[in-house]
Amino acid sequence: MLVKRPHDYLPSELTPEPLYRRRRELLRAAAAGAILGAAGAAHAASGGLPKLPSTARSRFSSPEKPTEYKHVTRYNNFYEFGTDKTDPYQYAGRLKTRPWTVVVDGECAKPRTFGIEELLKLPLEERVYRLRCVEAWSMVVPWVGFELNALLKQVEPNGNAKFVEFTTALQPDTMPGVRLPVLDWPYVEGLRIDEAMHPLTILAVGLYGEALPNQNGAPVRLVVPWKYGFKSGKSIVRMRLVEKQPLTAWEKAAPHEYGFYSNVNPDVDHPRWSQKRERRIPEFFARRETVIFNGYGGQVAQLYAGMDLKKFF
Amino acid sequence: MYLTPGRIGALKALVFLAALSPFGRLAAAAVWFPELLGANPAEYITRSLGDWCLRFLLVTLAVTPLRRFTGWNWLLRLRRMLGLFAFFYASVHLASYIAFDHVFDLVEILKDVLKRPFVTVGFTAFLLLLPLAATSTNAMVRRLGARSWRALHRLVYPIAILGVLHFWWMVKRDVTEPAIYALLLAALLGHRVVHAWRDARGGRAAASARAPAAGSPR
Repeated sequence: MLVKRPHDYLPSELTPEPLYRRRRELLRAAAAGAILGAAGAAHAASGGLPKLPSTARSRFSSPEKPTEYKHVTRYNNFYEFGTDKTDPYQYAGRLKTRPWTVVVDGECAKPRTFGIEELLKLPLEERVYRLRCVEAWSMVVPWVGFELNALLKQVEPNGNAKFVEFTTALQPDTMPGVRLPVLDWPYVEGLRIDEAMHPLTILAVGLYGEALPNQNGAPVRLVVPWKYGFKSGKSIVRMRLVEKQPLTAWEKAAPHEYGFYSNVNPDVDHPRWSQKRERRIPEFFARRETVIFNGYGGQVAQLYAGMDLKKFF
Repeated sequence: MYLTPGRIGALKALVFLAALSPFGRLAAAAVWFPELLGANPAEYITRSLGDWCLRFLLVTLAVTPLRRFTGWNWLLRLRRMLGLFAFFYASVHLASYIAFDHVFDLVEILKDVLKRPFVTVGFTAFLLLLPLAATSTNAMVRRLGARSWRALHRLVYPIAILGVLHFWWMVKRDVTEPAIYALLLAALLGHRVVHAWRDARGGRAAASARAPAAGSPR
């Protein structure tokens, strides 16, 4: 028969048993948090991952209410683990995140390799950013991380460093999604050097005050809040300073759909989705009008002064 | 296997309830437990409704081949209802897109239909379903005459092709799921092509012995 049983209730959509058992404890903790809430700036998570050192909330943080932890961690695009939004939550647990190193090389005076422990020792801060996916949905995410420029400055980029090429992890034995040639693995992204050095561009190592869950790009990922989500590569292993504009994974896959810049822009239509409005997860109606540069135009519009944003989409 | 009229009535009632249940589950979840539908309940609903529309189109198209293989002629008695359920799921799928994705912004919807190929083919398929739904009654079969009714209802073939194409063009990269629908549809349509070819080669007598009642396209 063709009629399949509908899989309306995925195991991942139910509360995991350990969490369910701890519910009273969590409720108490939440109540305590509500009383002490003003003391700690960071948003509390319930992921059970290692806590990060107490972090100050950045002046770049949005005052909007963050999307619930369970939605941020269970609705992800991380195609290495499958193309369904719930695949990363289900399968990313296998990702090996230790040992982990990030190579920073290319056009610079002091290329070097950073161990993840070293990155975690950098001064961290909380950044509550809007995240706008090219698929016309959005979230508000309390990331924990540091500005990418803090790292790039350490390798002393030279005059030829016009772009940064980001390469993300490729672990065929832990990533079921890379068996299919959905994209040309490993996933590669890129930024212009001034975009990479911009104070809004961060490397995130945490979420909701805790270590980054695998499905969100553990142990370290890029976050560029004024661009569509796919620009913010997950599980970064290499950053190469280059002279020529890198060819990104999505540009390779569908050049007419995904441009190098991919700035959030309601006036540049995507062949698949109207970008006029967006649905804030988990709302039903896409009632929010999308704002150019995802609302960060005040800080970043000058990067694109004089550029035709319809041409450089 | 022969079914008495009473049994067919009971079977129809059962199939009706079964066919309505995916909608019932989605509606109940949307109203009372949106959490069960995940982080993006509207997307889940729209896609599920689209899936069910395609499934009912395929099931409707499976009636004739299945009847030929099994000799269960009573299957034909279910086909109208199955086809109307395909139309029902197409309608609520479209309605959820209009409401959830575009919040009833008709100008934006019109642009979407004209501009995005996957929306264009999906909407075309829906428009083509309208005359089929409108002529689904016995009275309409009589009014049109069996021959032209049958000709009109052959529209279900391009409708199903457009429906699968709509799904195929909608997905971003991984076309596994639409490919499954495409394969099933190809098998169902291929069966008809082979059958028609055999008929044309002179199997007329045998074919007419198996011929369905008036007013049914195959």
